[in-house]
Amino acid sequence: MVTLELDRVEARYGRKIIYTDATTPAISGGHLTALIGPNAAGKSTLFRRIAGQLAGSGQVRITGADRDDLRYMPQDTAISAALSVYEAVILALKQGRSGWRLSAGELAAVDAILTRLKITALAERQLAELSGGQRQLISIAQTLVSRPRLVLMDEPTSALDLYRQYEVLELLRSYAAETGAVVVLALHDLNQVMRSCTTTIAVAEGRVVAVGPTLEVLSPALIRRLYAIESRVETCSRGCPMMIVDGALEQGT
Amino acid sequence: MSSPTETAPIKTAPTKTAPPDTAAHPYRRLVARRITLVLGLSLLLCLSIAVDVSLGPARYALRDVAATLIWPEAADLQMRVVVWDIRLPMALMAVTVGGCLSLAGAQMQTILANPLASPFTLGLSAAASFGAALAMVLGVALFPAALALMVPINAFVMAMLAALLIFALSSMRGVTVETIVLLGIALVFTFNAALALLQYFASEQALAAVVFWTMGSLTKASWDKVAVTAAILVVCTPLFARRAWALTAIRLGEARASAMGVPVRRLRLETLVLVSVLAAIPVSFVGTIGFIGIVGPHIARLLLGEDQRFFLPGAILSGALILSATSVLSKAILPGAVLPIGIITALVGVPFFATLIFTHGRRSW
Ligand SMILES: Nc1ncnc2c1ncn2[C@@H]1O[C@H](COP(=O)(O)OP(=O)(O)OP(=O)(O)O)[C@@H](O)[C@H]1O
Ligand SMILES: [Mg+2]
Repeated sequence: MVTLELDRVEARYGRKIIYTDATTPAISGGHLTALIGPNAAGKSTLFRRIAGQLAGSGQVRITGADRDDLRYMPQDTAISAALSVYEAVILALKQGRSGWRLSAGELAAVDAILTRLKITALAERQLAELSGGQRQLISIAQTLVSRPRLVLMDEPTSALDLYRQYEVLELLRSYAAETGAVVVLALHDLNQVMRSCTTTIAVAEGRVVAVGPTLEVLSPALIRRLYAIESRVETCSRGCPMMIVDGALEQGT
Repeated sequence: MSSPTETAPIKTAPTKTAPPDTAAHPYRRLVARRITLVLGLSLLLCLSIAVDVSLGPARYALRDVAATLIWPEAADLQMRVVVWDIRLPMALMAVTVGGCLSLAGAQMQTILANPLASPFTLGLSAAASFGAALAMVLGVALFPAALALMVPINAFVMAMLAALLIFALSSMRGVTVETIVLLGIALVFTFNAALALLQYFASEQALAAVVFWTMGSLTKASWDKVAVTAAILVVCTPLFARRAWALTAIRLGEARASAMGVPVRRLRLETLVLVSVLAAIPVSFVGTIGFIGIVGPHIARLLLGEDQRFFLPGAILSGALILSATSVLSKAILPGAVLPIGIITALVGVPFFATLIFTHGRRSW
């Protein structure tokens, strides 16, 4: 089982400090973890810090996996490279491996992830000619193709239609269950979070404000504090919890 | 008012099934196609070299030239000298210089994420011209120990100084690729102004020499120079080849590449060093042949894509091929004369390049 734990982690861009001491208990793998917070709260920054792209003191503790096992999917998806979808996914798989040749096993791994994301039809298309949602699906394929044990995804469903949002979250959930991987998703859709993620980390203004089981974290009080939104959680007729938004607070109250 | 009346239950989004597993894997087919293209380019290059050697002010039959190449001892002395000491070095110089400049341009475009980056646009050529002019106009030797090679050594030293400046800037924290490109452009203007100043004060004779040098010419080719340019190509190519996957990943953007574990900053600095040498040495031998460094890589990209396993040899081959073909043309246009190759490169390369862009229909960047 893989776990991820933050211990007084600092994250900064040059001199500009975003986090001073982000701390979480050990987050275990095997299920999905959400990272929520308003715009500019520091979700992407925390991911970059965990992925080792930002400097800062403190400890990111990983058990049950190597640092090489970590894959991070950044938020932006603009790509100008003259590469086909196949080449882009192979490229992600081949990083850190040597040799120009592709084994049958490697090719099978690429085929498998394209099939699971239902994008085999795109395999020979050029990256630059894809739609925004298609590009996001390719990014997801690039992130998962090497079967990492620690996955950080920054808004992986932001460009997807309803069907593909559902499919991707289901895929990620079964991926986590199969591999025992820690999978952390930055998400804005809180109903999605409630449906798919077992654990939730809430951040605001460079601080971790809550960590725990999703339904406990997403309390009306926290939603008010994070987003200045009045909300309630009700159970739908099939028994699943839904967040209903009643309105916005006056800013500053 | 129309209301949405979708009734059919949607089970799945439309997805095509995987292609039947009959022949080779589609990716293997793509690779085979690319290898064929690379081999095709190599073949064209050999052909171009052969034609290049057979052409020149003295008209020899193709058969005699071939015989001289294969059995030099059997040929008559004059022919042996012309073919082996004049034409062959020139023909091979076109190949090595074209390959170096195109490879340099390709990797600059890769690490700077800019389709316009090349040794030319980053000021290396302008710096080299200025260095050469220093020698020709003022007789200033930047490396006094080798006076006979004053011009190429001056050119090389200035080009490396410019590269050093760009390198120093790039290794500062928080400097983006856009800043590097802007500095390069500033260098171009600075060195061009300094060159103009030198030309203004130059004697008529020196002025002519400077103008001729900046046009770029292969006529000063020699076996030594061929050996040096070939050697840097032979040294640099495997160094890039070893980093092929990482270099390709850089083209996905800095964030994505480092998310895949590519040490982007270090790779960029290492590449910058190799590229500077790759560009500075040929330029100091043959003068400014600017166009190859931009167009060679773009042709390779259009034909082969940006997987460095194919892009790398493709860029070298297409640069070598353009310059070699240009060398042929520069002799063929005016029989009996050899036009400076720097002039012809753009005249040949642009139509070819434009045709490729417009017939290919694919986005080139
Ligand atoms: N490259 C950078 N240099 C300096 N400051 C940055 C940089 N990137 C982000 N920041 C700052 O860090 C803070 C957190 O930004 P971050 O991108 O982590 O937010 P986020 O939670 O991902 O927001 P969003 O939901 O909009 O993606 C913001 O105040 C932002 O201005
Ligand atoms: Mg973000």
